[in-house]
Amino acid sequence: MRPEDHVGHGHGHLVTFDPTETEPDHHDTPPTHGRAVRIGIGGPVGSGKTALVAALARSLADRVRLAVVTNDIYTTEDADFLRRNAVLPPDRVEAVQTGCCPHTAIRDDITANLDAVETLEERFGDLDLVLVESGGDNLTAVFSRGLVDRQIFVVDVAGGDKVPRKGGPGVTTADLLVINKIDLAALVGADLGVMTSDAHRMRGELPVIAQSLVHDPGATDVGEWVLAQVGAVRAAA
Amino acid sequence: MPSLATLVLSDARFPGGGHVHSGGLEEAVARALVTGVGDLGTFLHGRLRTAGLVAASFAAAAAVAAGSAEPCWAALDAELDARTPSAAQRDASRAQGRGTLRAARASWPSPVLDALVAAHPRPHHPLLVGAVVGIAGGDPVEAAQCVAYLAVSGPASAAVRLLGLDPIAVNAAIVAMAPTVDEVVALAVAAADRAPADLPAPGAPMLDLLAQSHVRHHREQVRLFAS
Ligand SMILES: Nc1nc2c(ncn2[C@@H]2O[C@H](COP(=O)(O)OP(=O)(O)OP(=O)(O)O)[C@@H](O)[C@H]2O)c(=O)[nH]1
Ligand SMILES: [Mg+2]
Repeated sequence: MRPEDHVGHGHGHLVTFDPTETEPDHHDTPPTHGRAVRIGIGGPVGSGKTALVAALARSLADRVRLAVVTNDIYTTEDADFLRRNAVLPPDRVEAVQTGCCPHTAIRDDITANLDAVETLEERFGDLDLVLVESGGDNLTAVFSRGLVDRQIFVVDVAGGDKVPRKGGPGVTTADLLVINKIDLAALVGADLGVMTSDAHRMRGELPVIAQSLVHDPGATDVGEWVLAQVGAVRAAA
Repeated sequence: MPSLATLVLSDARFPGGGHVHSGGLEEAVARALVTGVGDLGTFLHGRLRTAGLVAASFAAAAAVAAGSAEPCWAALDAELDARTPSAAQRDASRAQGRGTLRAARASWPSPVLDALVAAHPRPHHPLLVGAVVGIAGGDPVEAAQCVAYLAVSGPASAAVRLLGLDPIAVNAAIVAMAPTVDEVVALAVAAADRAPADLPAPGAPMLDLLAQSHVRHHREQVRLFAS
């Protein structure tokens, strides 16, 4: 192709026929600052991932500059929840569509999530932490190390006290396993002692935190763990 | 023989973000325009002959440009914009281009990619595919084949996920399109040496409208795909 071929065709600016699209492409500033620490939050449907994100957003608000990425079918739902409760300003929450495959979007092809994280980093420039909430999925769904620095897997007592011993990469390899909704243990007949000892047996040295967001709306223990990870990842970088 | 790059780029497992795009199929399903394997075939056929031909032509031209001394990336980018009147489709194309770029930088690092990105930070997907095929030593035919195939395989996979169609029947429907794929590839390759402004420009108003209404509906109800 000869360069002179396109002279005179008027390629000075991009063509747009959409009268509502007046803004230039906003993705052209490459990040010039340090990268935010990225923590993935995964686990089965309804285990309390969004509730944990909301708790962390509230309790860590004064200590880290935070943004959140939410995934999949309940994307709008979860993003709206976080915005509606004024946990986070709307522009600190990015929603990602995963084409019906929440595990693909956090593990096999992380493009959409990387784009969302980078969009937030470009928008704010000075983030310390980005939490990526996966769509609710099964026990085999883990985050790619290419997307997150650390990952939390959230299960709940209402799913049955057999869940930790079923194992799967989520339970066995996540950097932190959270057993949530322990306030419901008696109501659903779940044996918390069995759950935590199974969890420790499956996970070796990896940490386990049992919590109830009803009793501790600030998710204190998980919050401390998250802050320690932000420090550790930053120190290693 | 196709280059490994072409096989990798056509693979649904390629991590370039393609799996979250349905090419208008999700909106067509929501409006009951596509309900089974039969009308999926019709949808794919129309898409291949329009959006597919445009994409294949630009991919073939990009494969040529990748090997030229002064590739006209800005002109190719602008001409593809001009052939994509739907803002939502331009976004979808650039999102997949950006994803492909991320993977390409790790797998096929080249000054050709730098020049392409200098023209636009998020190049259109067909330009990325053509550039990578060119960088890897493939020819314009491969680039056009890859992009023509992706123009139908992406929506077909979305249909399997959204409608629970039999994946074996859907696969057969794609393979049955071979003559049309060959025809589109031949047209694309025949045009690959032309000036960007003279590349094929068939329109698909229905796909443009579906893409725009997909985005609008996402604000009101759940849409599982980005496009
Ligand atoms: N009793 C009790 N309920 C909780 C606790 N944590 C969360 N919930 C409730 O459990 C329900 C599901 O919580 P979410 O945070 O939406 O769960 P999720 O994992 O984000 O769900 P998906 O995103 O749909 O997979 C909500 O009604 C929460 O209020 C807890 O510690 N105790
Ligand atoms: Mg949630």
